Amino acid sequence: MTSLDAARETPRAVAFGTSRARKPGRRHLLPGFGLTFGITALYLVLIVALPLAAMLLKTFSLGWPEFWRIVSSPRAISAYWITFSSAAAAAVFNGFFGLLLAWVLVRYEFPGKRIIDGLVDLPFALPTAVAGLALVTLFGPAGWYGQLLVPLGVTVTHAQLGIIVAMAFTSLPFVVRTVQPVLEDIPEDVQEAARLLGATPFQVFSRVILPLILPAFTTGVVLCFARAIGEFGAVVFIAGNLPGMTEIVSLLIFIRLDEHNYPAAAALATVLLTTAFVTLFLTNLLQAWQLRYADKSR
Amino acid sequence: MQINPADASLPADPRRPNSAVAWGLIGLAYLMAGAVLLVPLLLIVVTGFREGVGVYLANIVEPETLHAIFLTVLAAIVVVPINVGFGIAAAWLVTRYDFRGKRLLITFIEIPFSVSPIVAGVIYLFLYGGQGLLGPLLAEFDLKLMFTVWAIFLVSLFVTSPFVARELIPLMQQQGGEDEEAALSLGANGRQIFWHVTLPNIRWALLYGAVLCNARVIGEFGAVSVVSGAIRGQTNTLPLQIELLFNDFNVTGAFAAASTLALLAVLTIVLKSVLERKTGH
Repeated sequence: MTSLDAARETPRAVAFGTSRARKPGRRHLLPGFGLTFGITALYLVLIVALPLAAMLLKTFSLGWPEFWRIVSSPRAISAYWITFSSAAAAAVFNGFFGLLLAWVLVRYEFPGKRIIDGLVDLPFALPTAVAGLALVTLFGPAGWYGQLLVPLGVTVTHAQLGIIVAMAFTSLPFVVRTVQPVLEDIPEDVQEAARLLGATPFQVFSRVILPLILPAFTTGVVLCFARAIGEFGAVVFIAGNLPGMTEIVSLLIFIRLDEHNYPAAAALATVLLTTAFVTLFLTNLLQAWQLRYADKSR
Repeated sequence: MQINPADASLPADPRRPNSAVAWGLIGLAYLMAGAVLLVPLLLIVVTGFREGVGVYLANIVEPETLHAIFLTVLAAIVVVPINVGFGIAAAWLVTRYDFRGKRLLITFIEIPFSVSPIVAGVIYLFLYGGQGLLGPLLAEFDLKLMFTVWAIFLVSLFVTSPFVARELIPLMQQQGGEDEEAALSLGANGRQIFWHVTLPNIRWALLYGAVLCNARVIGEFGAVSVVSGAIRGQTNTLPLQIELLFNDFNVTGAFAAASTLALLAVLTIVLKSVLERKTGH
């Protein structure tokens, strides 16, 4: 399996050992249970649980009417709309592009394959601020792409298209890295059989391959969407950040903090956090589906 | 899979593109990967060095940028070892023992992955900031964490805490505990088991996780920008410095800093692919 960073979350159930039946009788054979449990639990409480609890506590202290007033304000609503619609567009783009890249990288040998495979990891390895700087320069009126696009009436910078571009770039590896291993596991003879039975290449893809990779593909698209919703660094460079036009939720939170409007920051951050947890829950369900799929195909 | 086109006696390798559709797809992949991935990378590096290495270096040794580099390196030096330690402990715990609440623990290990950068900063602000849960307590002892380097370390720890664990857990799960149990039955103590049995088995995956953790610490933007205060020459990391230079219309300076980080990213990818081969991913 090849992947860089968060794309490796995918086979999470396998990875984190929750899918295997537990072997009885070796509960605490090896030494170190107390030590590792102590370190892990303490660290998670201090670094993860306590800060999360502190923010949720702040949000709860607002009370429901105040919370609702903040999260349903027109500026917040337009920020959700811009964020979620841009993230959806980025996820759709990466769905197609990611599937294409995964397919080509798994199925064919061609010159430069290693380089393309390495480049796929670039968006995770490259700091988001650097990505933002590169994209705003490329798509600006004087940039390499902007020079071509602006005369055609396509403005990317300081427009929603810019947000989509930034989100698509930073979340590009997810679909590739989730689909790649599954595609590698599909035996050649499955397709061969379909072909011998008279299926056209398109039918082989839509009736044989697609159903097999669907869970992984969907997981990749959802991860991509989730990452895009939270993306900040790359977006602020290119978006122009106009309230109601190109202001994403993360930026609105940042602005509220700058204004020392802490209740609003807490409430909006809670909305983003909830979205993230719902997405996490969804991907876990998807992975359970993927595992059932994998078991069935054995 | 090795391909030898000269050897006609072998059946054609199914991976060799043999149709117009195949070559069309490959062409499209070249085009897209080039336009979407390679060109932005080239733009950064080319622009960073456009006016020569001398100008690049002059921009890098600007006191504020130099301090930002120092701070970024310092954050990596502090954060990576701590999260390596946590990753080993968590992976050992999850893969070597069964206990009540394991699933919950695993969920908590994963949480930082799904928390977006700005939110990661915000949660720390509401714990240690002036408005935060522990704010009054810290104020009483005249301690200040937020808007200092300590805040940068803390949010970086949060954001990158799962990286090493995520690399180790699948590997150690797959390897199982039999080697360690054998060592135990031969009379080795816990420390000996770890250094002589476990560590040699996991070293490449460990390094791999550390490389990814390091890349993320160096590049983190959103979370750090919330808690650092971005004070010039004091709490500005290199990614924040890029934004600052860019907003100051110091494009040369911004690109010099960005190309430094871009070269680090390329190094990360190369290291990653080497380590991937070692770990057999």
